[in-house]
Amino acid sequence: MRDDETQRPSPETLLRVAQAEEAQAAKGKLKIFLGYAAGVGKTYAMLQAAHERLHDGRDVVVGYVESHDRSETDLLLEGLEVVPRALVEYLGVALPELDLDAVLVRRPQIALVDELAHTNAPGSRHPKRWQDVEEILSAGIDVYTTVNIQHFESLRDVVAQITGVVVRENVPDSILDQAVEIRLVDIPPEDLLQRLKEGKVYIPEKAAHAAENFFKPGNLMALRELSLRRAAARVDDQVRAYMESRSIAGPWPVAERLLVCVSGSPFSETLIRTTRRLADDLKSTWHTVYVETPGGGKQIQENRERVWKDLRLAESLGAQVASLTGASVPEALIDYARKNHVTKIVVGKPTKARWREFLRPPLVDQVIRLSGSIDVYVVSIAPAETVKKEGVPHAAGKRPPLSGYLKSLVLVLAASLVCQPVHAFLAPTNLVMIYLLAVVLAALRLGRKEATCTAFLSVLAYDFFFVPPRFTFAVSDTQYLITFLALFVVGVVISTLVSQTRERAEAIRQREAQTATLYYLSRDLAAVSGLDAILDALVRNIEESLQAQVVVLLSEGERLEVQAASGGFTLGAKEAAVADWAFRNRAAAGRGTETLGSAKLLYLPLQASGDVLGVIGIRFREEREFTSPQCRRLVQAYAAQAALAVERAQFARQAEQAQILKARESLERALLNSVSHDLRTPLVTITGALGALREKGVELAAEAKSDLLEAAWEEAGRLNRFVGNLLDMTRLESGALKVKESPTDVQDLVGCALAVLEPHLGRRSVEIAVPAGLPPVRMDMVLMTQVLVNLLDNALKYSPPASQVEVSADVVGERLIIEVCDRGRGVPSADLAHIFDKFYRVPVPEGAGGTGLGLSICRGIVEAHGGTIEAHNRSGGGLRVTVSLPVN
Amino acid sequence: MQKVKTDGGRPRILVVDDEAAILRFLKSALPGEEYSLHFAENGHAALAAAAAARPDLVLLDLGLPDLDGVEVIRRIREWSTLPIIVLSVRDREDDKVAALDAGADDYLVKPFGVAELQARIRVVLRRSLQQAPEPVYRFDELEIDLQRRKVTRAGTEIQLTPTEYDLLRLLANHAGMVLTHGQILKKVWGSAYADQQNVLRVTMSNLRQKIEPVPSRPRYIITELGVGYRLKSA
Repeated sequence: MRDDETQRPSPETLLRVAQAEEAQAAKGKLKIFLGYAAGVGKTYAMLQAAHERLHDGRDVVVGYVESHDRSETDLLLEGLEVVPRALVEYLGVALPELDLDAVLVRRPQIALVDELAHTNAPGSRHPKRWQDVEEILSAGIDVYTTVNIQHFESLRDVVAQITGVVVRENVPDSILDQAVEIRLVDIPPEDLLQRLKEGKVYIPEKAAHAAENFFKPGNLMALRELSLRRAAARVDDQVRAYMESRSIAGPWPVAERLLVCVSGSPFSETLIRTTRRLADDLKSTWHTVYVETPGGGKQIQENRERVWKDLRLAESLGAQVASLTGASVPEALIDYARKNHVTKIVVGKPTKARWREFLRPPLVDQVIRLSGSIDVYVVSIAPAETVKKEGVPHAAGKRPPLSGYLKSLVLVLAASLVCQPVHAFLAPTNLVMIYLLAVVLAALRLGRKEATCTAFLSVLAYDFFFVPPRFTFAVSDTQYLITFLALFVVGVVISTLVSQTRERAEAIRQREAQTATLYYLSRDLAAVSGLDAILDALVRNIEESLQAQVVVLLSEGERLEVQAASGGFTLGAKEAAVADWAFRNRAAAGRGTETLGSAKLLYLPLQASGDVLGVIGIRFREEREFTSPQCRRLVQAYAAQAALAVERAQFARQAEQAQILKARESLERALLNSVSHDLRTPLVTITGALGALREKGVELAAEAKSDLLEAAWEEAGRLNRFVGNLLDMTRLESGALKVKESPTDVQDLVGCALAVLEPHLGRRSVEIAVPAGLPPVRMDMVLMTQVLVNLLDNALKYSPPASQVEVSADVVGERLIIEVCDRGRGVPSADLAHIFDKFYRVPVPEGAGGTGLGLSICRGIVEAHGGTIEAHNRSGGGLRVTVSLPVN
Repeated sequence: MQKVKTDGGRPRILVVDDEAAILRFLKSALPGEEYSLHFAENGHAALAAAAAARPDLVLLDLGLPDLDGVEVIRRIREWSTLPIIVLSVRDREDDKVAALDAGADDYLVKPFGVAELQARIRVVLRRSLQQAPEPVYRFDELEIDLQRRKVTRAGTEIQLTPTEYDLLRLLANHAGMVLTHGQILKKVWGSAYADQQNVLRVTMSNLRQKIEPVPSRPRYIITELGVGYRLKSA
């Protein structure tokens, strides 16, 4: 029935194969030399292989090889290029380590890195060497490495069982899966023991110690079997992958999918490892899920960290992990299983006391009842004590302080005191109500354990003080036993209910607080526009809600630059390097992470819809916040919001630039229009006049001829002036116009301007008022002459031919004031402010309009001198233009 | 230097320009009955022609395809004092000063009128072709008797300080031609003063107060903006 599906690889399969091949092509290839114990000759085999590759013409370097002073190994190292080791200072000792950056910079084709399971010295970029290897692979460099079988994560407890030694240096199984080739380096245990005796493995004193502990024939045989099996399984996998990709129908069974549920209990870890081994045996994929139920309360909060760690372990062992929410664990589990076509669910044997099953049936039973067609594997799980010791010490359940119990005692005594005066009038059962009140109060104010204690004390007090015979614990009427039981049970139930409600409320309050801070952030981010304001709001919000220091770095081209930071915060070169790593690798780095954990801050990439925009760095006040998953989640949420806001700001800036570009374009269009108009108009007259002279030169009267010539001559002059203006404007705007100031005789300045205009002056009278003996004023005489020429030209052009034009100059205080006045019609007051704008023209009836450039050139030049230029209408008609220049 | 006149007494002018339209315009502006015209279209041809044809005057464009015009001036000046008038569209003062300081005798910005060009050519040729300098300069009402060191305006003698007189004499010796600030300073005050424009400006202001009827609208000594001064000539 499934035959059709197995005949031909499904698109999904092909895609997976293609993706895997693609990833392999970009990444370097990993070759692992696998052994079952030290001294089997892994390093030797690796070096031999390296020499072979070198002989093939490949570029091979030694990243890190430990020869343990074995002469054979040392001999093989000769002829190979060795990257110098990095010395990492730790506690005053310089520890030799793999120099990761040196290898990345050197970029060989193949790098040799010995001892994959090695733990790096604190302060290195990654805590583990296998992480260094992953980075080298990511850079596209092939890696040869060595490792012993006992270092694999999934085999840790098996090895611990066999040898009684807990291996502390672990390598995730996923790295073994990545390996393109696994070379099993194997010698019989007897030979290995012989070598040990000969001192070829360890130096003699160490060898004796090793022989006693680890190198027992039994151990070695078991480890050898493990490694052989592991290598065989690996070959099997490769065969399978090959057949799958080429659609060779194999003898393998229908694909299995395993599912294991973790709860954060001490057994979860063992359960995960067991499932992984099972999955390996079945050649199946496997899922690990965690189900969060509402009302988990405080216990769940404490549990989270453990769950998180479990999920990470599962992920490192190759599982697909998920965190679910649901009303009941078994229902959510089965639901997930069905959706993901899980064929087998793995659960642990129940370990709880039998009586508790009466209240709530164990998970196993519930799952089996709901599972339907899904198989359920029940595995026995020995509490992995030896393993547990290594784990992070879990926060022990909080024990209520002694004062809590004292308070419950006081409560009970108070209840007794209240009962004392009224017990004569009330039935004894009603007195019980007063004690229940005390229990409720304790549950509300103190907590569950204290409330239970209160219930217990209440029973005692009630018995002692009010149940006849009074002031003894003896009971005359056995009916009271029912009252005692009821009081106690009701007390316990109430206290449980009340405290659960309280814990839930607390959890909700916390979640609410987080939601609120996120809401405030998003509100603040939405309210502001502009990158600076957004970064400001971001930094402020995170500072306030997390009580942390923040730094935001954004990419400027290829580099990261600090754009915003908490007050007084500076980023050192080392921290900047960590931020850079986070940016380039698109992953969290720094304190609290696996990468560069010795940094002072935690860095998260700001990943927006497109690219990584930058990095946000956070320095919490308390150390535990760096590793707390809640804090990490919150910060990740912040980073996501921040990335969106920054992206929005960048889009806005792009839009703004587009608008500026548009405005510039429209200005350029205006300029082109104006230029083409001003260039063509004189040409019309010139070509017209010349055309007439050319065609009818002989017939024309002398007067007409001279008129035509005069017109053409004038227009040619106008054209020349316009081109000059245009050039000046261009120089002014491009900044090519340099003001070369030198002391200038103001009289000479006025004289020069008038000399330029001499041909146009005709009979116009120009009144000059420049007092003799004016001190020289620093200015660029050439440019200022041009200003004066333009102003005078305008004055002459826009005033009646018979009227007078006045020029005056004087030093008033610290300023040189030059005024040019005419008796024309002036300028409408609304236009006065604009006449110095580019291409602004006051409409003139005669059409004698200028280029609209002259006055704007004046303003450009005057302002370049640090002066001002203004225009006012004169009383009695006409325009007065005032130029004011600083004298010094 | 030896002056050779073999073109029937007509001064020989070497026109260096690569624009056909300009050449055509110059041909009609400088009629063959007055001048003998020779042409060169680039800097190297100009240098060769200047040596071979021995012109009396070079009209030089600065924007040549191979050599910069200023470089052409410099190379000609290495061996000859033959007059050079620059005709260029470059209207920036720096360009003018560079050409004049390199040794050009005058500078005319394109576009220019035919009358203007002819006047400049006349001034330059008169100065270079005359055997002995004129002893008296006259323009309008101003008269400078170089022999007797006497300056009069409308018959009234004007008293000048020795420096003012030196300045005026220098301008009169180059009447009609522009002299750059640097050239004037070097010749009147000495090389050490080449950058002391203040000295020149003050002296010029004083000189103008004495010889100009309206100092703010000078009639005799024209300021060439950003370049230097020119004493008008008939």
